[in-house]
Amino acid sequence: MSITSGIVFQVLQSVLVVLIAPLMLGWVNQCRAWLQNRSGAGIWQPYQVLNKLFHKDAVLAHNASSLFRATPYILFGCMWLAVGIVPVLATSLPFAPAADVIALVGLFALARVFVSLAGMDIGTSFGTLGARREMMIGFLAEPAMLMTLFTASLISHSTSLVTIVETLAHRELVIYPSMAFAAVAFLMVLLAENARIPIDNPATHLELTMIHEAMILEYSARHLALVEWAASLKLTAYITIGIAMFLPWGIAQAGDWAGLLIALAVLAVKLALAGAGLALLETISAKMRIFRAPEFLGTAFMLATLGMLIHFLLEI
Amino acid sequence: MPSLPLSSQLINLFAALLLLLAFAMLTQRRILSLINLFALQGFVLVLSTGVVAYSTHQTHLYYSALLTLILKVLLLPWILHRLIRALNVRWDVETLIDIPATMLIGIVLVIFAFNLATPISQIAGTITRSTLGIATASILLAFLMMITRRKAVSQVIGFLAMENGLFFAATSATYGMPMVVELGIALDVLIGTFIFGVFFFHIRETFESLDIHHLEKLKER
Amino acid sequence: MDSSILEPIEAAVTLSVIWIGLGVIGLAFMRAPRLITRAVFPAGALVSLALAATGLWAIGAPPSAAILPAGLPDLPFHVRLDALSGFFLLLLGGVSFGISLFAAGYFRDTGATALGLLSLQYHVFLASMAFVLIADDAYLFMVTWESMALSSYFLVTTEHHEEQNRKAGFIYLLVAHIGAIGILLCFGVLHGGHGDYTFDALRRAELSGFWPTIAFLLAFFGFGAKAGMLPLHVWLPEAHPAAPSPVSALMSGVMLKTAIYGMIRVIYDLIGGIRWEWGLTVLLFGAATSLFGVLFALMQHDLKRLLAYHSVENIGIILIGIGLSMVFIGSGHPVAGALGLIAGLYHTLNHAVFKGLLFLGAGAILKSTGLRNLNEMGGLIRYLPHTALYFLIGALAISALPPLNGFVSEWLTFQASLQAPLLESSVVRSLVPIVAAVLALSGALTGMCFVKVYGVAFLGQHRHELAEKPREASRWERAGMLWLALACFALGLLPVFMIGQLNNVSQALIKAGLPDEAMASGWLWLVPTSSAQASYSPLVFLLVIAAVFGLTFLVVRHVYHGRLRRSDPWDCGFPAQTSRMEDTADGFGQPIRQIFAPVFLIHREIPRADDPRPVFRQEIEDRHWNWLYSPIARLAEFLSGHFGKLQQGRISVYLLYSFLTLIALLIFLQ
Repeated sequence: MSITSGIVFQVLQSVLVVLIAPLMLGWVNQCRAWLQNRSGAGIWQPYQVLNKLFHKDAVLAHNASSLFRATPYILFGCMWLAVGIVPVLATSLPFAPAADVIALVGLFALARVFVSLAGMDIGTSFGTLGARREMMIGFLAEPAMLMTLFTASLISHSTSLVTIVETLAHRELVIYPSMAFAAVAFLMVLLAENARIPIDNPATHLELTMIHEAMILEYSARHLALVEWAASLKLTAYITIGIAMFLPWGIAQAGDWAGLLIALAVLAVKLALAGAGLALLETISAKMRIFRAPEFLGTAFMLATLGMLIHFLLEI
Repeated sequence: MPSLPLSSQLINLFAALLLLLAFAMLTQRRILSLINLFALQGFVLVLSTGVVAYSTHQTHLYYSALLTLILKVLLLPWILHRLIRALNVRWDVETLIDIPATMLIGIVLVIFAFNLATPISQIAGTITRSTLGIATASILLAFLMMITRRKAVSQVIGFLAMENGLFFAATSATYGMPMVVELGIALDVLIGTFIFGVFFFHIRETFESLDIHHLEKLKER
Repeated sequence: MDSSILEPIEAAVTLSVIWIGLGVIGLAFMRAPRLITRAVFPAGALVSLALAATGLWAIGAPPSAAILPAGLPDLPFHVRLDALSGFFLLLLGGVSFGISLFAAGYFRDTGATALGLLSLQYHVFLASMAFVLIADDAYLFMVTWESMALSSYFLVTTEHHEEQNRKAGFIYLLVAHIGAIGILLCFGVLHGGHGDYTFDALRRAELSGFWPTIAFLLAFFGFGAKAGMLPLHVWLPEAHPAAPSPVSALMSGVMLKTAIYGMIRVIYDLIGGIRWEWGLTVLLFGAATSLFGVLFALMQHDLKRLLAYHSVENIGIILIGIGLSMVFIGSGHPVAGALGLIAGLYHTLNHAVFKGLLFLGAGAILKSTGLRNLNEMGGLIRYLPHTALYFLIGALAISALPPLNGFVSEWLTFQASLQAPLLESSVVRSLVPIVAAVLALSGALTGMCFVKVYGVAFLGQHRHELAEKPREASRWERAGMLWLALACFALGLLPVFMIGQLNNVSQALIKAGLPDEAMASGWLWLVPTSSAQASYSPLVFLLVIAAVFGLTFLVVRHVYHGRLRRSDPWDCGFPAQTSRMEDTADGFGQPIRQIFAPVFLIHREIPRADDPRPVFRQEIEDRHWNWLYSPIARLAEFLSGHFGKLQQGRISVYLLYSFLTLIALLIFLQ
């Protein structure tokens, strides 16, 4: 594998994932519409929304600071980096050694802190409400995610995502009970961090029930477009992390063009199934009361820790 | 780490699922889901007994699995469903200590159970050595569930879940119990549930509620 | 290194003596306050820089020792500078450089007498900390430890007309002396009754049976009292807010670290033969301390008290790293132990830098606006843009967010905890994941706390009508904060250099370091064990995010447009937006108060519905006062009351006491 083909693969992966992230969101919404017996807005709707938003004039409050203006770009940059690190299409990419699972969780935490600060920037009650709730969800979701990733790290004796994927994909089929616990915990964290039912309703218009939406109420035009795009990138990143840990088969080696085509096809199938599964999960669950959310996440945290314990006690 | 044969891995997986279900029962608020989880636990036991029977070629374990299926997956949950419908029990179960604290104590119990079971499992020479730890842990967790609940029905389910743990310990450590003992235990459990049901009606008639703290009135002064 | 020119130890001693000299000059010239702020403090800052360079030099050089011409006739002062002391000198010098620069600007309005005394106490404080780090015998150590405590006591009670500050000083001195007794007893145990008190002799003394554990416990709790570990932490939240801000920065940033130095020196070097049970104790206390500290920090609305509780938390994190190291060394895995030690030491340096920065920022706010209560601040980013930027960097660093320095040390601590499969004991193996989970939890809670602090203090609308517009901090203050902010970036983006230095320290201390592959990966990638296992490159992080930021900005403007206009906030169409409608600091912490209610002792006063003048009051107290300190205080009072009966007041009774003592001595001598 030469340096140039590695870089080409890296750029290809980043650009591809960034471009199809809104499609992923559109697919999830379309599946939800079908399950709810509606006709839905079509899978290309998020692209049209982004286009519309970019055309508009940005309106900022009088007391918005430079932090408020910079945050959408920072968010977008963080999410771009995240999808560059996760082995989506191929392993052994040049950027992959730049961050391991702990740094990935730190990256999401950085994005969360900036968007919360932006929510508090203008000084409206909904902004601070959203920031407070987001941090309340985040303080349990982040450790739970970290423990889940540690379970995978302990099995593959490494925190590097590349090594984890290669270990889990190319070993003979072994059933790891600790990964069963980790999978349940990961699913709960995915729902919480991406503002999905049962934690938060992404389609709500009632401000008092919002968590994520409340923080970004003051954004408009291109800023809002970048924030929404970053949110769909985050969802795609989480789904690809889940796929990398729990369904890693079919991934290509960097520099292997034939394997890349197979990897693309396999990825498309996995993402479609994951999106449909997410839509199904959202349709059959109801949104929780806000103070049940920490219990939900506390359970995820305990399950993830238990998964690590099970690894030490059963698998060594 | 050399990987174990498929049957041992499956047993490990079922053991982990058993522990997961024990924890899930610990955190459930509704009695209906408790009963469903209990039925699910029974189903996991059936599968695990089946795998043990297949890998060790002991046919009496197949009968054991069948008995468990009929009793714990079908009959007992049905009886319990009828019971709660007849008693008109409310959905939510209140706990004596809040759920995160219960889970923390649960984790401590798991570590304790494992450290208890390690020397014993080194003597036993069965398929997997750590399933004894999980069985002990699920017994202790079921006990914890019994202690921290207010409504009497959930305590019955805790008692039955304890029996599940014992059964799992028996199948994985000693390849099942003699058939006579097995049938005897099954009969005891069935009769016990009937008697509990009768008691519940009496309790509700006397105190108008199934909250166990009413039973505290039954003392000298 | 040509030792005929200058040895590191001589440089260190000279620089520390210069500090004392500067302090005396400040006192002598107290009628010229401008001289003190313009010359004395900056000169002290230069000395700090030189001391930092000496420390760095000493890490790579072989240990050098000297005997000072001071002390008692038969007990001269021994001093020694090896790699461990060199690292802590680097910490002391580097951080105090920024703080002294800040102090040059901060104290410009202080009255003449106070400034002279302040200058003396400040520089004596710095000098005694330096001497603690290079002391090579128990006598000098205790003398300088005591002078460190005393000088900082006087600094804490600078504004002694407020009763709160006097009480804070009292508690501080009390706990410091309790710790000092523990350390003294530990030295006594190590001494064993023969030989002298130099560290060399203590090192060579052979202890058997239970004595090493007793020495460990005495050292751990003795130094832990000074470090602010649970349950001896109660002085921290009282003393740090009472002191002037540069002093709080120095205490929180550097003084707590001398306690960590003492712990490592005594346990690793003097006692030696580390057992894994000791490591488990340190680990558990560290985990409990970190969680406790951050939970209480979330409940505070006084900015400096909040930062003090965060210091408690970070000491806990340092102890987790050191505890992991001790567990691994005690179980026979020195390489993993080296990783844990390096993680703990790196966090020591990081905490000194970013906590110093945060306290200086709090000082700048206090100086410009006179506000310390978060509930009265708001929107300060418009008036104090530089302070806001530096405070943001400090807040991001302490929340352990990449690519700053706090993340690197937490990353290293996690990597150390993931070496747990090496251990054989299943109890310890099960506990390490729990400790890692607690570490993750306290890291996430820190992020929440600093979103609260930054959002309530700097962002949003003003909550308090200030008499005049706040002015930005002076050039000296900004220079001090800039230095520490740059240090945060440097330690975060280029960690490999410092890791190399820490590897030298670890080699010198426990004769083990990181594997060779770790050191050979170059300056771009941080690799603690092997690159297949884990690697991290903060520069790539920053470059990619910055590149995407810039590219997106340009592309969007090119393809679409960059038009912008200002208007009132949207807020879902609500017409009026006052500052009462945003969250207060207590409001932001409400979810934590609800979830973790049993941990706190909450006194709440809620008005009735028909109250004509409704008042809501809420106080969060530390349960340790009721559980630990009040009972002990009552017992002490009870006992002293009874002992007071000895003071009869009649001369004949006192003569009787002397007579009885004489008889007892005569019997004893027989």
